Amino acid sequence: MEVPILKQGHYLIASIQSALTDADLSQLREALIERVGRFRARGVIVDVTALDVMDSFAVRTLRDIAHMARLRGADTVIVGIQPEVAFAMVQLGLTLKGVATALDLEEGLAFLNQQGEGRLEDRRPPGSRLDRG
Amino acid sequence: MATKTKDVQPLPPDPLAHTESTAALLRELVAHLRQNRTQLREEWARRITRAQLLTAMTEEEIFAEATSVYDNYVEALETGTFEALQAYARNLSERIIPRGVETHEVVGIVLLLRDVLARSLFAKYHEDFDKLNRILDAYEPAANRIANTVAVGFVQERERIIRQQQEAIRELSTPVLQVRERLLILPIIGVIDPQRARQLTEQLLRAIRTNRAKVVVIDITGVAAMDSNVANHLVQTVEASRLLGATVIVTGLSPEIAQTLVTIGVDLSEMATVGDLQGGIEEAERLLGYKVLPLEDLAPKA
Repeated sequence: MEVPILKQGHYLIASIQSALTDADLSQLREALIERVGRFRARGVIVDVTALDVMDSFAVRTLRDIAHMARLRGADTVIVGIQPEVAFAMVQLGLTLKGVATALDLEEGLAFLNQQGEGRLEDRRPPGSRLDRG
Repeated sequence: MATKTKDVQPLPPDPLAHTESTAALLRELVAHLRQNRTQLREEWARRITRAQLLTAMTEEEIFAEATSVYDNYVEALETGTFEALQAYARNLSERIIPRGVETHEVVGIVLLLRDVLARSLFAKYHEDFDKLNRILDAYEPAANRIANTVAVGFVQERERIIRQQQEAIRELSTPVLQVRERLLILPIIGVIDPQRARQLTEQLLRAIRTNRAKVVVIDITGVAAMDSNVANHLVQTVEASRLLGATVIVTGLSPEIAQTLVTIGVDLSEMATVGDLQGGIEEAERLLGYKVLPLEDLAPKA
């Protein structure tokens, strides 16, 4: 079951609609990383609002997505973790440490915008920008 | 084939062997107790007053309850069943516990009644020692069972009330309050047991989602002590809140609790702490981009 990935400006939004198998999760990871490179995305949002359980593989995949995206120059934020899911995750010790999280899509976009502004000073003049394609 | 004569061992005395006569004896003693109801009940009430029990109740109340207890007692002796007595005991307890009657008082008065009735049996059968013994054989187990039933009923009722009160206290003392847009405060007061900690976390997470909170200040000024279990619950609450996109600031840690957290090696890098609630709210406002200024500073200059 393929997860739809939308492009919004410099951001990619992956909206998970239903429970995913391990294979689906791996496919999502590959798809996102590929697109980050293709579109030179600066941010990735993974929306897990529809998930009412998250096992260790799902959590690990989200961490992998965040790390890989970072390596390709994009920030990642996971949004929409449900209260019950959050509770279960911390009880099982499944942390998303080092990965940004936000309440929902709106907050996620606000977060990415904020990150982007922070990087304004870091941005080099267009000519010398390394090609990350 | 010659059959060996089996060696018949004498059977041990069967405690139920005298059931027939036990029933007859009980009927006899119940009749006696009913006949002398008035004076036995008065004697009992006298003893209760002398022993200074049920001081929380008036004489009229003691008399009314004494009558019910007496009748229920005798009925239990008569029927040999104790369900009705148990129900009565719990009902009685429900009424007298709010009056401040203590367990030792309830046990005390039941034992006094037992004594009063036993004495009257001695008085009646003192000339026939053998009969007296048989009557007591019938009376004592039943009387002991009655004392037990009433005491246990009383204690069970007390425990039920305590549980009820605990539940009420629990509900009262964990409000999640919104003090600004996106800012929640959770003041925790009293003892946190694992069950309450779990309830707190669930309540907080739901509130974060409902109020779209970005910052939560958890104030534990009112928490006296915290063991490692509860400290871990607190850390988990902070982590779970972060997963919902909220930053948690913990305020009001006492020196003892600070010591506990350090000793058990809680990972404090994930937990922002500020000394007191005021400081915590100010920090929260700062994180949310608020700045609080006195009105004079905002007034347009003339």
